[in-house]
Amino acid sequence: MSALTVTGFKAGYDPDLPIVKGVSFAVDTGEAIAVLGPNGAGKSTLIKAIAGQVACLGGRVMLGGDDITGLRSHDLARRGLGFVPQTDNIFTGLTIRENLQIASELVAKPQRASRIEQMFEMFPDLKSRPSELAGALSGGQRQMLAAARALLTDPPVLMLDEPSAGLSPKLVAQVFETLRRIHASGVTLILVEQNVRAALSLASRALVLVDGELAHEGPTDDLHDGDRLGRLFLGRRAGATAG
Amino acid sequence: MNPQAIIDGLIAGSTIGLGAIGLTLTYSILRFANFTHGDFLAWGAYLTLTVSGFLGGLLAGLGAGAPLAPFSFGWGLPVALPAGVAVTILLTLGLDRVLFGQLRQRGADAIIIVMASFGASMALRSLLEFIYSSEPQYFTRELQIAQKIGLGMRATPDQLLTIAMTALLVVLLHIVVTRTPTGRAMRAVSENPSLAGVYGVDVDHVIRVTWIIGAGLACVAGVMSGLLVQIRPYMGFDLLLPLFAAAILGGIGSIPGAMIGGLIIGLAEAFTVQLIGAEWRAAVAFVVLVLVLLVRPAGLFGRAA
Amino acid sequence: MEYLAYGAFFLTVAMTYSIICLGLNVQWGQTGLFNVGVAAFVGVGAYTSALLTTPETAERVGGFGLPIAVGWIGAALVSAAVSFLVGALTIRMRADYLAITTFGIAIALQLCFQNLEPLTGGVFGVGFIPRAFAGVQGDAILFNLLNLALAGALVLAIYLLLEHLMRAPWGRVLRAVREDETAAQSLGKNPTALRLQAFVLGGGIMGLAGGVQAHFVGFIAPANYLPMMTFQVWAMLIVGGSGNNRGAILGAVLVWAIWALSGSLISEVFPADQQARAASLQIVIIGVMLCLILLWRPQGLLPERASVSKHLGNRHDT
Ligand SMILES: Nc1ncnc2c1ncn2[C@@H]1O[C@H](COP(=O)(O)OP(=O)(O)OP(=O)(O)O)[C@@H](O)[C@H]1O
Ligand SMILES: [Mg+2]
Repeated sequence: MSALTVTGFKAGYDPDLPIVKGVSFAVDTGEAIAVLGPNGAGKSTLIKAIAGQVACLGGRVMLGGDDITGLRSHDLARRGLGFVPQTDNIFTGLTIRENLQIASELVAKPQRASRIEQMFEMFPDLKSRPSELAGALSGGQRQMLAAARALLTDPPVLMLDEPSAGLSPKLVAQVFETLRRIHASGVTLILVEQNVRAALSLASRALVLVDGELAHEGPTDDLHDGDRLGRLFLGRRAGATAG
Repeated sequence: MNPQAIIDGLIAGSTIGLGAIGLTLTYSILRFANFTHGDFLAWGAYLTLTVSGFLGGLLAGLGAGAPLAPFSFGWGLPVALPAGVAVTILLTLGLDRVLFGQLRQRGADAIIIVMASFGASMALRSLLEFIYSSEPQYFTRELQIAQKIGLGMRATPDQLLTIAMTALLVVLLHIVVTRTPTGRAMRAVSENPSLAGVYGVDVDHVIRVTWIIGAGLACVAGVMSGLLVQIRPYMGFDLLLPLFAAAILGGIGSIPGAMIGGLIIGLAEAFTVQLIGAEWRAAVAFVVLVLVLLVRPAGLFGRAA
Repeated sequence: MEYLAYGAFFLTVAMTYSIICLGLNVQWGQTGLFNVGVAAFVGVGAYTSALLTTPETAERVGGFGLPIAVGWIGAALVSAAVSFLVGALTIRMRADYLAITTFGIAIALQLCFQNLEPLTGGVFGVGFIPRAFAGVQGDAILFNLLNLALAGALVLAIYLLLEHLMRAPWGRVLRAVREDETAAQSLGKNPTALRLQAFVLGGGIMGLAGGVQAHFVGFIAPANYLPMMTFQVWAMLIVGGSGNNRGAILGAVLVWAIWALSGSLISEVFPADQQARAASLQIVIIGVMLCLILLWRPQGLLPERASVSKHLGNRHDT
């Protein structure tokens, strides 16, 4: 059964100018897919709109068997659709523990404290100073906190927007190691990435978004050939300017 | 210099501080400078007056209308206050539903919402004038004698009560905001509303809580001012600049900041009245505002922009 | 005949409001600066012009007995200078700090008008301000018509000047800054300086309007420059259409008409002892109207031609 189904989805910041121009795809339960594409293709807009952060301008989104089109973010979070934005994804003015506490409100009361402790076990970097302001964390640690926050509620589906952005190769490896563990535990992952190699190492399927439309969809094995991907990224663009 | 200015300043500053807390909360969570906030004080005072007038008649009939010694007011006022608070809250939630919420939903710029609040403030105030006339009104006609409280200062029991009440409310609110889930959610929304949604916070709920706190404190502040001075349709408008100055001086979003800012403005006003003259009192808040903007625009406890 | 005199009087007042509105349009419509102290800038102009042109008196400093035109120039300059100070302090900061500061200066200046008696005459204000065409004051119709012609000519002159400025590179860059500050900045424009220029220009025009009003009415008092006036002028601009100079003029005439009509209606309907109280309904009407327009037709009656500014919340591509 598919965990998330998107049909004819349009989204954007101005009702007259959709950025995502009718995209359809489905993600199976337990699958990990990568959303790839050049800068400005609309990848962030797509998953922000699925997460209720940007206006949906048409189409449908189903989470499991429920129609979740146009629901607001907090409702989606409650229903188990986790989302980690590309930037500004933690509250820097709150402590590390407070960041986790806010998210823990979605968990049944008796489990809150233990879930927070579990996250601290999973991300030891955060554990050493829970009362420090999250703004004091390094870039990599911030991504850890953002991931911990999203995982705390045990979401069946988790969407991450460029979790590796701005991290050193060593940290990227660390982040992806964590994601692999998360995926292994059964979470369905939707991963927007610029770091194609890292993304392909994790995902079994990829969507390539160019100019707000799906330019390619298929198993990642096809895409390990760099040239193929390069042509996909550029093809539409060149075609668009020519036409 | 007469030490009496200190106690006078603290009394006036209590009202300003309570009002400024509501203003600073709406400012940081709804992200606009709300010009109707002063009018919430005035509406709170009038609504409470109406209820307490009604109750006063009732209580007098039951033989319980006499002042509650040592204070100047009878049971009517303390019983009416919660009702006044409740109606003031309904007023602000209603205004948010028909005006501010609509503009927010449309994604209007903050400055358009500020302008709408300016228009609404004029309408609200004039409506008060129409309903109650511009004649000043009073919660009580009893006269109170200021008593010596040491260090050469005098204050009436009513005045001391308002200071105590303010202190209590501020401590309570500070605990709510720093220690409870609701307070955490409020701080989260004030930092980044859309991220708060991602974390699972119902932002609309937080906005409602903010209006409820702001309106409740505004009503209490208005009643305090009405009790100590008088009730006029313009009482809230005249307090608006001190409220803004206090909120900015304290740092937008900071509850202790707004309170301390309010006390500083109250003290500055009291000393100005004593040293320069009462006719310049209303200019003090402006001078403080300009000084803050020149020296430390983020305010005492604000995070640098 | 009486109607003609009244009509001319009405329109002259409306013209002086049109000037204020044109000034506000430079600040808000073209630049996006929210000034909540309009009345103060008008008042500064009025007092300056009165001080410069009234004959010398014993009770006050000055009058300097200068010609009316000098008074008007002085009015514009002093008001522009006050605008400069306020703008220099706040224009760099978040947008609503300018709103709060202008609100504050309106209160501070109102106190100055009231308390600086040697300069302003205190609460009673300044009387015997020389009027234009004082020679024909006996003939109400002629006097009012001549004043209307003068005010109308001023409105036209300011309108043409502003239209010219807005079409000139300065105006285009100004709008570019309003729509997209970062983009304008990356083109090497200094948004702060431009905004400040617009704020000062708008303030100067408001000051001039204050001078014109003062000489038309003949006396001024602090009570003429209450926040109510600011509020009326805002309603005028928003109703007429912010960003559009013709809208500013139309809004001024229209809202002033609504004001005058609702005033006379109230005086018909309510008994004499209730009229002061009922007059507050006029303000309620205008306040509700302002909010309704912001909700339902934020671009006003005559929308800005090129593109309705983004900050209204509804985007229209024309
Ligand atoms: N808040 C916004 N308001 C208006 N337009 C926006 C906004 N955010 C993004 N856009 C526009 O939407 C388009 C797609 O942006 P988006 O961020 O979705 O791209 P992306 O594929 O995530 O790019 P990147 O790889 O750089 O993150 C861009 O043209 C961008 O200018
Ligand atoms: Mg992106």
